[in-house]
Amino acid sequence: MSDIEQKVKEIQDAAVSAIMGADGLDKLNEVRVAFLGKKGSLTAVLKSMKNVDPEDRPKVGKWVNDARAEIEERMTEMKNKLDAEKMARELEKEKIDVTLPPKMKFIGHRHPNTIALEEVERIFIGMGYEVIEGPEIEYDDYNFTKLNIPANHPAKDEQDTFYITKDILLRTQTSPVQARVMEQGKLPIRMISPGRVFRSDEVDATHSPSFHQIEGLVIDKNITFADLKGTLDVFAKELFGPETKTKFRPHHFPFTEPSAEVDVSCFKCGGKGCRFCKGSGWIEILGCGMVHPHVLEMCGIDPNEYTGFAFGVGLERIALLKYEIDDMRLLYENDVRFLRQF
Amino acid sequence: MNTSLSWIRRYVPDLDVTAREYADAMTLSGTKVENYEELDRDLSNIVVGEVLSCEPHPNSDHLHICMVNVGAEEPLQIVCGAPNVAAGQKVPVVLEGGRVAGSRDGEKTEGGIVIKAGKLRGVESHGMICSIEELGSTREMYPEAPEYGIYVFPEDTEVGADAIGLLGLHDAIIEYEITSNRVDCYSVIGIAREAAATFGKKFNEPEIKVTGNDEKASDYISVDVVDTDLCPRFTARVVKNVKIGPSPKWMQRCLASNGIRPINNVVDITNYVMEEYGQPMHSYDYDTISGHKIIVKRAKDGDVFTTLDGQERKLDHDVIMINDAEKPVGIGGIMGGENSMITDDVTTVLFEAACFNGTNIRLSSKRIGLQTDASQKFDKGLDPNTAELAVNRACELMEEFGAGEVVGGIVDVYPEKRLPSEVPFEPEKINGLLGTSFTEEEMIGYFEAVDLKYDKEKNVIKVPTWRQDVLRTCDLAEEVARFSGYDKIPTTLPTGAATTGKLQFDMRVLSVARDIAEECGFSQAYCYSFESRKAFDRLTLDENDPLRNAIEISNPLGEDFSIMRTTPLNGILTSLGTNYNRRNKSVRLYETGNIYLPKALPLTELPDERMQFTLGMYGDGDFFEMKGVVELLLMKLGMNQKTQYTTDTLKNYMHPGRQAQIIYDGVRIGEIGEVHPLVRKNYEIGERAIIAVIDIPSILGFATFDRKYHGIARFPAVTRDISMVVPRTVTAYEIEEILAQRGGKILESYRLFDIYEGEHIMKGYKSMAYSLVFRHPDKTMEESEITSAMNKILNGLATIGAELRK
Repeated sequence: MSDIEQKVKEIQDAAVSAIMGADGLDKLNEVRVAFLGKKGSLTAVLKSMKNVDPEDRPKVGKWVNDARAEIEERMTEMKNKLDAEKMARELEKEKIDVTLPPKMKFIGHRHPNTIALEEVERIFIGMGYEVIEGPEIEYDDYNFTKLNIPANHPAKDEQDTFYITKDILLRTQTSPVQARVMEQGKLPIRMISPGRVFRSDEVDATHSPSFHQIEGLVIDKNITFADLKGTLDVFAKELFGPETKTKFRPHHFPFTEPSAEVDVSCFKCGGKGCRFCKGSGWIEILGCGMVHPHVLEMCGIDPNEYTGFAFGVGLERIALLKYEIDDMRLLYENDVRFLRQF
Repeated sequence: MNTSLSWIRRYVPDLDVTAREYADAMTLSGTKVENYEELDRDLSNIVVGEVLSCEPHPNSDHLHICMVNVGAEEPLQIVCGAPNVAAGQKVPVVLEGGRVAGSRDGEKTEGGIVIKAGKLRGVESHGMICSIEELGSTREMYPEAPEYGIYVFPEDTEVGADAIGLLGLHDAIIEYEITSNRVDCYSVIGIAREAAATFGKKFNEPEIKVTGNDEKASDYISVDVVDTDLCPRFTARVVKNVKIGPSPKWMQRCLASNGIRPINNVVDITNYVMEEYGQPMHSYDYDTISGHKIIVKRAKDGDVFTTLDGQERKLDHDVIMINDAEKPVGIGGIMGGENSMITDDVTTVLFEAACFNGTNIRLSSKRIGLQTDASQKFDKGLDPNTAELAVNRACELMEEFGAGEVVGGIVDVYPEKRLPSEVPFEPEKINGLLGTSFTEEEMIGYFEAVDLKYDKEKNVIKVPTWRQDVLRTCDLAEEVARFSGYDKIPTTLPTGAATTGKLQFDMRVLSVARDIAEECGFSQAYCYSFESRKAFDRLTLDENDPLRNAIEISNPLGEDFSIMRTTPLNGILTSLGTNYNRRNKSVRLYETGNIYLPKALPLTELPDERMQFTLGMYGDGDFFEMKGVVELLLMKLGMNQKTQYTTDTLKNYMHPGRQAQIIYDGVRIGEIGEVHPLVRKNYEIGERAIIAVIDIPSILGFATFDRKYHGIARFPAVTRDISMVVPRTVTAYEIEEILAQRGGKILESYRLFDIYEGEHIMKGYKSMAYSLVFRHPDKTMEESEITSAMNKILNGLATIGAELRK
């Protein structure tokens, strides 16, 4: 091995050793200057080329270049390492206490009635129901007569209904929308109609003179009571959970026949009986039935061709049950400490 | 409606079910049981004992030491505090470990009280002799029980027998909710018929024996019904040589279980028959009936009549009256008169069982202000055919009890006889409606169980007159459904053509409004639709403000709920006030709800119901934050034109210098402003409050959910800032109008970034600085184009007195 080769090797070793010893980027830079800079020791070897036998110059050039490549590679490695260390130190300094309180955007809250309503709408829209609204101030004719509640029916007693004139009243139920939609004659019908209704009840923990119902109506050929059962079963399971069972009890409504009241298995105790369901295991949630043929006739639908079912749910009842609200008055006070819980 | 289970068993003797089983099954077959009370729930181990000896207690002035034979080998020593206890009595005795229902003052203990052996003032006592109250009952039900003290059985009672059973306390009181269509079930017989069908047991309707001597009732009394529309049937019978006395114990218990106090045999029989058949009856003292003539006719307006409760009642010509030859003796179907009532001296009784028009009874009873057990039965609309059964039943019971001599025959005015109706039997339609596959035989079986008889020849179902609810096939379907059990009907989903589930456009708009409001910190309020007229004063509306033209409710729940609201502001401000009073900080509320604007008053057609989106807040946030909410909403609804905020119309309820009407494309769509300090005071809101109202119908024509992509600008923008001094009265809107008009198409946007009044600015002026962004969609702009646009803008601004600041 010639002296030059030996020298280059020594420079390379010295450089690598200096690189390994560099403890910062500036030190590394000093190493670069000392070995690879214009006045660096390896550069000096190149500069001394003129003293080398021209025949040997390519060989010397290769030794130098190999050494430079090696040094540069080591330097890059070292630089990457030092960069990473530097960033790690900086990041370490920026460490935060992630358990400090969050900065929350101040957002508002939907009323539990609306949350429950949207839930119900979601379920029925998914089953192909259109959501249709009707007037809150209504003709007696739609609120009663067309629903098979003729003049002088006890349900029309003044103590239940708010009247404006003899013929115009505050609707006591969302059912008049049934008649309005059927009269339009567009069949089949699958609709729900949520809305505000009014009854002359004094305000207390379970009563309000104004509350909300959701009416449902399906009219088509071959609609059966079994379909009504199936539909409300799906509804109850969607609303209260897949384990929910439904129980249909005979009842009477003037505008449906047969009629039923529907209980759902108590979602608190699963039907075993608890304070929530007053020990019965069941909670009454709605009334329903097959649309009375006379109602169909009054709305211009042939009951021999079409049948249908209808149901009515109390929105507040659902909201109170589902969100375990113990006093209906809370729903109309609009205290933000109440609303913010939803 | 209540019955005891034992009263039902009088007609359905094979009914061997517990109260719970009864309640559950009856509810599922359509006779809803609201509640039931098992009378022996808290009673156990109570037998008949004979008091062998009764000595005073040495350490007490009121206790007695009794030796009681309860049928065991050895008599029991029992200390008893009852004043009436005596040797030789047969008494109910609770043995050790047995339970009584409550204390002697009638207060019941849940689960009962267990009786243990113990010492009473040093003397051992093994059990307890009970009063009727301790047995959980009352003297109402057991009139023979003493007011204070233990119950005493008749002398011949067997020692050691089950005392609970002897007292008839192995029974339950059932409370039903009867639906208005089942008039027949306002009677014990009606419910018993349902019970028999529900449990598949035999129904024994009472067979009424023919009664009467060989005299004729028509020789005693004549009946003339003038107004047959209000009284379709009137039957009368006569019982002479009446002996007033107590009715038998079984009848007293039946009445008591329905909450009716036993009085005497005649009254008890009429009450019993009323409950049994659901047919009210009336008994008159025959000798007080002048002319022995009954005339049924309308009262005259202004007539006054004293009912048997001693009250004077004002009458009118729609009230049906029972009269004798001279005077009224009763209000038909509601209450008899003082002048003909039964007293203990009565010798001859006239029984009436009539049928009155149900609606008329209901309305009359309301007008007179008198609701009775009778009127509440009649107002359902009774079956006139029951009247005859009832009057005969009453006479039969009179005879059976030896309470008098029944006169033969009946006086019956019944001009239009009601006959059973027929409903075609269409089994395939019934199955079609229910979604079931019952056989004809199964269906007929369900029908016949409740006396709906199948006529094979005519293929019809014969409906008895008491079933006024069965009129057509769907009613028969209900009978099949409820007696087979609703749970037996399959569970399917509707088939048929698919339909599109959707919200209407306006509901989608409201849904966006709710989202925006909540994102901006507003929580949803629900307010009443009706309010007080005082709301208009609280809002300081002028006397002639059109908002005062509100729809009035004719029968409101008081003044506070008397008119339909014409503005949503009272609701939201009241709610803000509530929150402020409860010290809730920085409250933001919104509401979506209707206002009701009459087209004319009084209402002849339905009013305009207008959905309002109302926002209200106090605490953090100012007018411009509220304006931001409004703009955000319009943006989300695709309403991209510039909204105008005008101040030429001022509303009393808002701050005169901080309010605006919101105008979009020339249409007023709402208003916004700070609540006037006086109004704020009226609602007790102690901080500045801001409100905004959007009239939803006004924006429906503008709102859209369609969006089109316009591309992303590819060429660079150039920004120029203008800082100017303008008279204070110049509005941002005026400046921005000039910017928009004069900037031309290349003016992409502008933004006010500074506004200042005060030092260094002349009084009456303000400094405003805008940043303008120019961009051409298709090319990089030349400097000259921008300069030209800027010059136009500056010239325009000069016209409104703006001076550029250097």
